[in-house]
Amino acid sequence: MTEPKVHASREVVAATASGAGPKHRSLRGDVWRQFRRHKGALVGLCAFMFVTVASFVGPYLMPYDAVEIDIKMRNLSPTWSHPLGTDNLGRDMVARSMVGGRISLLVAITAMALSVFLGTTIGVLAGFFKRLDGVLMRLTDLFLALPVLPLLLVIIMLFRDSLRATFGPEQGIFMLIVFIIGITSWMQTARVVRGEVLTIKQQEFVAAAHSIGTRRRNVIFRHILPNCLSPVMVAAALGMAVAIITESALSFLGLGFPSDFPTWGRLLYDGKDFINLTPMRVVGPGVLISLTVISVNFIGDGLRDALDPKLRSR
Amino acid sequence: MTVDPTPVLRVTDLTTRFNTQDGTVHAVNGVSFDLADGEVLGVVGESGSGKSVTMMSLLRLIPTPPGEILAGQAIFEGDDLLSMDLGDLRKVRGGKVGFIFQDPMTSLNPVVTVGDQIVESLAVHQPGRRKAMRLRALELLQLVGIPSPEERLRCYPYELSGGMRQRVMIAIALACNPKVLVADEPTTALDVTIQAQILELVKGLREKLGMAVIWITHDLGVVAGLVDRVLVMYGGQIVEDAPVDEFYAQPRHPYSQGLLASLPSATSRGDKLVNIQGQPPDLRSAPASCSFAPRCPHAFDRCDRENPVLAAVSATRKVACWLDEVPVLVGAQSDETAKGQVGHGR
Repeated sequence: MTEPKVHASREVVAATASGAGPKHRSLRGDVWRQFRRHKGALVGLCAFMFVTVASFVGPYLMPYDAVEIDIKMRNLSPTWSHPLGTDNLGRDMVARSMVGGRISLLVAITAMALSVFLGTTIGVLAGFFKRLDGVLMRLTDLFLALPVLPLLLVIIMLFRDSLRATFGPEQGIFMLIVFIIGITSWMQTARVVRGEVLTIKQQEFVAAAHSIGTRRRNVIFRHILPNCLSPVMVAAALGMAVAIITESALSFLGLGFPSDFPTWGRLLYDGKDFINLTPMRVVGPGVLISLTVISVNFIGDGLRDALDPKLRSR
Repeated sequence: MTVDPTPVLRVTDLTTRFNTQDGTVHAVNGVSFDLADGEVLGVVGESGSGKSVTMMSLLRLIPTPPGEILAGQAIFEGDDLLSMDLGDLRKVRGGKVGFIFQDPMTSLNPVVTVGDQIVESLAVHQPGRRKAMRLRALELLQLVGIPSPEERLRCYPYELSGGMRQRVMIAIALACNPKVLVADEPTTALDVTIQAQILELVKGLREKLGMAVIWITHDLGVVAGLVDRVLVMYGGQIVEDAPVDEFYAQPRHPYSQGLLASLPSATSRGDKLVNIQGQPPDLRSAPASCSFAPRCPHAFDRCDRENPVLAAVSATRKVACWLDEVPVLVGAQSDETAKGQVGHGR
């Protein structure tokens, strides 16, 4: 028993020498360290934080109200007091873009959460239970084969009014749009997660978990799910981008939120008729959509790198 | 070793197959053995001889499908592991039978701390207050010789070396004081010095805790230093079952002889290494003849016609070979030969 001890104490010395001192390194700390190395992801994170803070806090700091009509100030070109100009009812475009960001981001986050939840659940079930695999993957194929936009239009036409009547105009349409984006964008996540689960399931630590008598439910939640977190995170980031774009597209087609609830897509839709008169009305929300989508994509990229233990342990 | 008349584990006629796209693989064919209380049983054989599948089958850890346990019994404490319901089996897994896997690099969950992984095993079998379980985990890390265990509890597996991880695996396997510890080539993935340490550790723990150990390996050197009895497996069958000293002194089965002859020794320096000519058998057809016959220097016509059955050749040894058909020693043979006769009929 002396042999092992000698060896082991040497190991501790080595660990202390190579690690960051006696202080314990946590997984989260390591992820953050690796994430910081990805410059694009850092810039993306800053940009995204900026847009988020501006959307949720900005309106309180603005001198103008997003919905207050000032007809004398209509169709202004950018000035110092109105950096993005005003719309045809004299409302400040910066204020409107900020308020629009709220709904756009909220829709994006909730829809992404729904889609990731659906995708992960279906992916894990298909990957873990061989009997469900065929059925669930064919279901996924079926959803992938659906033409999304026409489907969205039909669903909105069918359910908009009844939902509005039950939950009010804003909440009703919010739920409808989140639901629609959610159920039409989970397929990629499901496929990626299924593939990941199939690989992880074969690994020895899963067999080891079974060998100590762990229940199947716990094997899934404690051993398999946490290990497919990195593709799920990436899917979440990409899903958010997709959700923002889909919401914009819907609003742009006039099927999203009513015009008194500005969203970025709705602002584009309203602004397109005035594109010759006040081009900044379209440029502002358009740039914000692109900026958010790009920054979210970069964040996803950085997260994937940071969560991959093979890259992290360098 | 305590001589206990009833073995802690009695396996009879275990048969496992894998139904793959290329056909049925007959991985384990009618394996029978006993494990006495406190005994260290070494299971040797080349890759693909069914060592791991046999032990995994005992706890039904092989994936089904494609795997399928066709027949057999594994009586552990009076219950058949192969037919009991999954809930009861779960209590045995980890609770009464601990399992150590081959590769410590992949057999710990990379995203859960070492402490939580030990606690997990405790939580399944001896649920208690979290603090008490942490304390027990700490005790276990000390038991397997991990220095500064308080800090190690909070470590993730990637922060530990291979040897340390294997110690953690052993700690997990021992968490609930199992009656039987199954070690599936636990030192294969480790370098030689760590191997020696792990061997010493298991030896010491066995003396301290008194459990029976099944040690799967293909390292005959390991076998010599650790085990009480040897099972030699070939083509999914046990071909020899012998006490370790008798096995080294006088291997009975031609395959065992070949294995021992192929060990390099200090005196044969410069000589060519001896090997067993030929390839391991294709397990895709059910064994109808002796699966070692094509490689056996002593094969005769009967070996191609019939598959030899594991039969006692002395009070302590069993061999599956037609060469040993004619009983050399008298005593306790009559029923064994009768069993052999039944086997011929199949």
